[in-house]
Amino acid sequence: MLTIEHIQKNYEGKPLLKDVSFQVDEDETVCLLGPSGSGKSTLLRIIAGLEDAEGGEVAWNGVSLADIPAHQRQFGLMFQDYALFPHRNVAENIAFGLRMQNRSQEQIRREVQKALQTINMADFANRKVTELSGGEQQRVALARALAPEPRLLMLDEPLGALDRTLREQLSRELRRILHQTKVPAIYVTHDQEEAFAIADRLLLLHDGVILQSGKPQEIYYHPHNRWVAEFFGLGNLVPGEVIGHTPLKVNTALGHIQPACEGKTPDLGQKVSLLFRPTQACQSQADCPNQVTGRVMDRVFQGENYLVSLHIHDQLPPFTVNLPDPPALGNELTVSYQPEDVLCLRNGA
Amino acid sequence: MNMKSILLIWRQKPTLRAIVFWLLPAAFLGFFFYQPLLVLFNLLISPRWGFNLAELDLNRIWKPLWFTTGQAALSTLLTMLIGLPGAWLFARFTFPGKRALKMLTTLPFILPTVVVAAGFNALLGPRGWVNLGLMSMFNLSSPPIQFLNTFGAILTAHVFYNTTIIIRVVSNAWAQQNIRLQHAAKVLGATPWQTFREVTLPLLRPSILASVLLVFLFNFTSFGVVLMLGGPQFATLEVEIYTQALHLLNLPVASVLSILQLICTLLITITHNKLAGQQSMVITPRSQVLGTRRPKKGFERFVVILLVITLFSLLISPLAALALRSVVKLEPSRGERGEISQGLTLQFYRELGVNRRDSLFYVPPIAAARNSFIFALITILITISLGLLVAYGLQQPSHINKILDPLLMLPLGASAITLGLGFVIVFNRPPFSNISFPVLLPIAHSLVALPFIVRTLTPALGSIPRSLRNAARALGASPLRTWREVDLPLLSPAIIVSTIFALTISLGEFGASTFLAKPAYPTLPVAIYRYISQPGAMNYGQALAMSTLLMLVCASGIFIIERIQSDDKE
Amino acid sequence: MLRKQIRKPILAVSAFLLLTLMMSACAPKQAPSLTVMTHDSFAVSESLIAQFETEHGVTINFVRGGDTGSALNQAILTREAPLADVFYGVDNTFLTRALEEDIFEPYESPHLALIPQEFQIDPTFRALPVDYGDVCINYDKAFFTANNLTVPNSLEALTQPEYAGMLVTENPATSSPGLAFLIATIAHFGEDGYLDYWSALSNNGLVVVSDWETAYYTNFSGSTGQGAQPMVVSYGSSPAAEVIFAEVELEEAPTASIIGPNTCYRQIEFVGILKGTPNRELAEAFVDFMLDVPFQEDIPMQMFVFPVNQEADLPQAFIDHTQVPEQPATLSPDLIEQHREGWIQDWIATVLDR
Repeated sequence: MLTIEHIQKNYEGKPLLKDVSFQVDEDETVCLLGPSGSGKSTLLRIIAGLEDAEGGEVAWNGVSLADIPAHQRQFGLMFQDYALFPHRNVAENIAFGLRMQNRSQEQIRREVQKALQTINMADFANRKVTELSGGEQQRVALARALAPEPRLLMLDEPLGALDRTLREQLSRELRRILHQTKVPAIYVTHDQEEAFAIADRLLLLHDGVILQSGKPQEIYYHPHNRWVAEFFGLGNLVPGEVIGHTPLKVNTALGHIQPACEGKTPDLGQKVSLLFRPTQACQSQADCPNQVTGRVMDRVFQGENYLVSLHIHDQLPPFTVNLPDPPALGNELTVSYQPEDVLCLRNGA
Repeated sequence: MNMKSILLIWRQKPTLRAIVFWLLPAAFLGFFFYQPLLVLFNLLISPRWGFNLAELDLNRIWKPLWFTTGQAALSTLLTMLIGLPGAWLFARFTFPGKRALKMLTTLPFILPTVVVAAGFNALLGPRGWVNLGLMSMFNLSSPPIQFLNTFGAILTAHVFYNTTIIIRVVSNAWAQQNIRLQHAAKVLGATPWQTFREVTLPLLRPSILASVLLVFLFNFTSFGVVLMLGGPQFATLEVEIYTQALHLLNLPVASVLSILQLICTLLITITHNKLAGQQSMVITPRSQVLGTRRPKKGFERFVVILLVITLFSLLISPLAALALRSVVKLEPSRGERGEISQGLTLQFYRELGVNRRDSLFYVPPIAAARNSFIFALITILITISLGLLVAYGLQQPSHINKILDPLLMLPLGASAITLGLGFVIVFNRPPFSNISFPVLLPIAHSLVALPFIVRTLTPALGSIPRSLRNAARALGASPLRTWREVDLPLLSPAIIVSTIFALTISLGEFGASTFLAKPAYPTLPVAIYRYISQPGAMNYGQALAMSTLLMLVCASGIFIIERIQSDDKE
Repeated sequence: MLRKQIRKPILAVSAFLLLTLMMSACAPKQAPSLTVMTHDSFAVSESLIAQFETEHGVTINFVRGGDTGSALNQAILTREAPLADVFYGVDNTFLTRALEEDIFEPYESPHLALIPQEFQIDPTFRALPVDYGDVCINYDKAFFTANNLTVPNSLEALTQPEYAGMLVTENPATSSPGLAFLIATIAHFGEDGYLDYWSALSNNGLVVVSDWETAYYTNFSGSTGQGAQPMVVSYGSSPAAEVIFAEVELEEAPTASIIGPNTCYRQIEFVGILKGTPNRELAEAFVDFMLDVPFQEDIPMQMFVFPVNQEADLPQAFIDHTQVPEQPATLSPDLIEQHREGWIQDWIATVLDR
C-alpha cells in the first residue's frame, strides 16, 4: 500500500505541490486528475524517486522510501512520450527491466514473449522502436513497464499523444491489462472521460492539494465546489448570492432560485455558484420554483435527444439543456428545475 | 520536364541527392586541397628530383610512425578521461560561473604552442610557481617536478589543447539527450552506473566516437607540442616532415612522409566510420534547460566541485599564468641587473602600440586582432555553409558517402608544411597573387575546420525525427520553409558549436598562416611569433601581452556567438 | 529566432568582404612593382623602403615565406615560374643548395668593393653577402659572479665538471642555431673528433631542446624566463637585444657571449636576383640598395645582425654590448651541403639516442 503524506514541492520558486496526501490500496487503479501544469507528472517523479520533494513523505506498507533510490523501489513508470530506448529493438526494450533483475536468459526470453502476447504484438520482437506507430509504441512502453512485475505502476498521460479512436480502444485494453495483472496503479491524465473509464477512484489535484477524492460517480454527483464541477464539465454554472435560508434562496441573473445544498449551509450574503445539469431540466412546470427562460440559439441532434442552447442574458454564457424535442430557433423557451436538481456549490475550496 | 517530375526523381534517387549536396563541398576540397597536394607530390617524386624510393631508410619511418600512433592513442585516452566527466558536468548541472568556465576551457585550443610552452613553464618549469612553492615548503634544493621535455609534458599539453573538443561535442549531445530515457532505465531497476552504461553511453556513442576521431587526428599530426614541450627525444611524423623539409631540404622524403601520414589519416577515418556504423539516433530534441540542475548536496556536489577544480587547474591555470605574467613587472631575481621594481604594469600592452624602430613589418595590435577576426568570420561563413551541405549529403543513403566522407577528413592529416608549399606552388600566381587580401588564408583555415563542423553537424542532423519534417510539410510548409522552421532551429545548438570550432581553429592556426599571411595582413599568432623569436624581456612580455589579447579576442567571439544562441531561446 | 538575429549581420559582413575583395582585385596597377621574397626574420625601416619606392617609382611587395628553409624551398620549387624578383635570406649553411638549384642570376654589384673578401663566398656573384651574425654561447653574468665561477673561454672548457649541467643547446635537426653550433664544433675538432666532444658534453649534463625559443626563454637563466641553465647557444647580438628590449633601462647587458676560438659560428646571409625576373634593372637597383650604407646601417637595429659593408657605422648599443669573436668558426658551404644530413644523423645517434 502506497501512502503519500504532506508532499511539498516548489517549481522555479513558486509552490507547485503545497500539501498532497493520499493512498493507493492493493488492486486499486487510482486516477490522478488535474489540469496541465498542476504538478501531476512531478508528483509521479517524486513517488518514483526521480525527484526529491521538499517536504512530506512517500511510504510503502508503512515504511518510508526516503532513502530508497529510484532503481530499488520496484515501481513501474510509463512516460508520456514513452521514452523507449531508441538504440534497442522492441524485445530488448521489454527485456531491460528483467535484465536489471539479473533474470536468466531463458526466463527473460519467456517473459518477453508473454508480454508481447499480452499486448498483441508477438511479431514485433525484432522491430526498431523508432519504426513503430504511436499506438504500438504505447503498448511496448506498457509491456516494458509491466515486465519486471512492479509492485506499483504509474502511467503518465499514457494516451495523451494518440488520436481519439485509438485512445478509446487502448483505454479499454489498458483496463483489461491492469485488471489482469492486478497491479495497483496511479494513472495520470487531464481527460475526465479517460479517468471515468479507467479509475476505481479519482484524485483531483488542484492548486497544489488533492481537492477531492472518491469514486467517479461520487465526484460526478457530489462535486466538492464550483471548480470541480467546471473541470468535469458537469453543466451550467450560474453565480449568485445567498439571500435566504429555509428554504435556501439564491439571487442570480436568472432570478431567485431555490437550490439544494450538501453539507454546511452557506451563510446569508455568501457568493455561491449554482449547477444546472442539462439532463435534469424538464419542460416548464407551473409549480416548480426554478424557471429558466431564454431564446433558442442552437439545437444539436444527439441521438436520444437534442442539446439546446439558450440565450438568457448578455453577461451569461449560453445555457444548455437536453430536450427530447427540438424547439424552434429564435423562440422563447422556459425550462424548470426541481430544487433538489439545482446544486448550490461554494466558489472556494 | 516539369517541376513535378524533377521532384519525383529527387525523391527516388538518394545518390543523385547526395551528389547535389556534395557538389560544392567536393569542388572546394578538390580545388583547394587535392589539387595543390597532388601537384606538389607529382613534382617532388619525379626523377627530376633524383628521388629513389628504394633508398629510403625505413627505420626513419617506422620509429616516428610508431611513436606518433602510441602518443596519439595515449593522449586521446587521457583527454577522454578528463573530457567526458567535463562534458557531463556541463550537460547536466548548473553552477555559478558555468558559462565562464565553459568559455575558458575553449581558450587553450587557440594558443600557439610557443605561448603554451611559456605558460606551462611559468607554472611547472624548473623556476615555475609550483616548483618554487614545493621547494620552499619542503626545503628542497632542486625543483622536485621535472616537467619540460618529458613524455608527460606531451600528454599533458595534448589534454590541455583537446579537452575542449570532447567537452563541446559530447556535452552538446548529452544535454540534448532525453532525460526521461534515463528516468525510464532507473525505474526499471537500473543502478546509476547501469543507466550510464546501458542508456546514456550508447546514445552518446556517435558523438563520442566523432570527438575521439577528431582528437586522435589532432594528436596524430601534433607538431609544436612534441617539438617544444616534448623536446628533441621525441619525433612524430609531422616533426620528421618538418625536419626533412625545412632543415635538411629533403623535400621528396618529406612528401613521402606526408603521403604516409595522409594514408594513416584515411585508415583511421575509415576505421572510425566502420565502428560508428549508421548509428545516428533519432531522438526527439529537447530543450537543454530541462535536464540541467544544481548538484545535490553531498557526494554529487563533491564530484562537481572536484571536476571544476580539475578543469580549472589543468586548462585554465596555465592561461592565467600567461595573462598574469603579461601584467607583472620585473621579478626580483632579475632585479639585480636593474632597478628593483615589483607590481603590476601595462607597459607591455602600451609598447604593443608603438612602432619603436619604424619597422616596415610592425604589427599594430588592433590591426592584427581585426585581421584575425575577419579571417575567422570568413572561415565561419565558408565552413558552416559547406558543412551543412556535407551533413545533408551524408544524410542520404548512398554509397558515394562511404568514399567522400573519409576524403573530407584528410585535411586534418595533411602536414601544414606540405599543404603550405602546395598552396604556394599552385596558387601563388594570378588571380590569387593579384589580390592583396590573403583569401587563401581563410580557405586553408576552412580546410582544417570543415571536418570539425561536419562531425558536429552530422549527428545533430541525424537525430531530427523525420516526423517533425513531415508534420511541417503537412501543415503546408514548402521544403525550404520546412528547413527554416524545423531543421534550422533544431540544428542551432550544433551550429553554435560548429561556429565556435571554426572561430577557434581560425584564430589559433599558425602553420599555414606563416606561408599564406601577407605581410600587410598579419594575424595575432603570427605577431606573437614575431615577438617571441627575439631576445629581450620586452619582446617576451609583448608576446605574452599579444597572447592575452588573442585570448580576449577569442573569448569575446565566443561570447557573441553564444549570445546569439541565448537570444534565440527567449 | 536565430535566423533573424544572424541574417542581417551575416549579409552585411558578406557584402563588405565581397566589396573589399573586389576592390582590391580590381585596383588598377599604377606603378611597376618589384617582389622581394624573404624569410620571417627580415625587417627593415619603413622610411627606407618608402624612399626607395619614390626614387625608383616602384612599389615593393614583400613575400615572407616562413623560416630560412621554408623560404628557400619555395624559391626552389617555383624556379620555373618565380614568385619574386629578388630573394634575400639564404645563409652559408644552405648557400650551396641554392647555387646547385641554380635559382639566381649573377650580378656583380659595384657595392661589393666595400665588402670584405671573407664574406664574398660565391665567386660567381649569384649570391651577394648582406649581413653576418655569430651564433655564440651566451652566459648569465650574474650567475657566474654570484657563484664565483670563471666563464669558460673555449669549447674544451665546457666539458669540465665545474660546468656540469650548465649548457643548453638546440637540436641541429630542428633549429638553425643548433646546426650552426654543431658546425662550429666540427670546424674545431674535425670530422673525426666532434662526436667524442659531444659525448663528453653529454656526459657533462648537456641539455638539448628543440628550438631557440625554448632554449632561450625556458632554459636560460639569463633571460626573463629565468630557467636553470646559465649558458645557452644563441646569437652574438642577443646581449645587445637584452639591453634594447629591456623592461627597465639597463646600464649593462645581463648576458654576454663567449668568444673563444671557434666557440662561435659565423652565419652570412645573402641576396640574389631570381632567375627569369622580368624586372632585372629594378632588381639590380634593389640589391644595390641593400648593400648600400643606409640599408646596411639599418640592419643591426632591425634584424640584430651585423652589416657587411665596411662603411656602415654600428649603433652605440651594438658597440657597447656585443662581443665580436676574433676567430669565428667557418666551414666551406660545399662541405656543409655534402655532409649536413650525415652529421646530424650521427649527432642524434651520439647525443639523443644514448
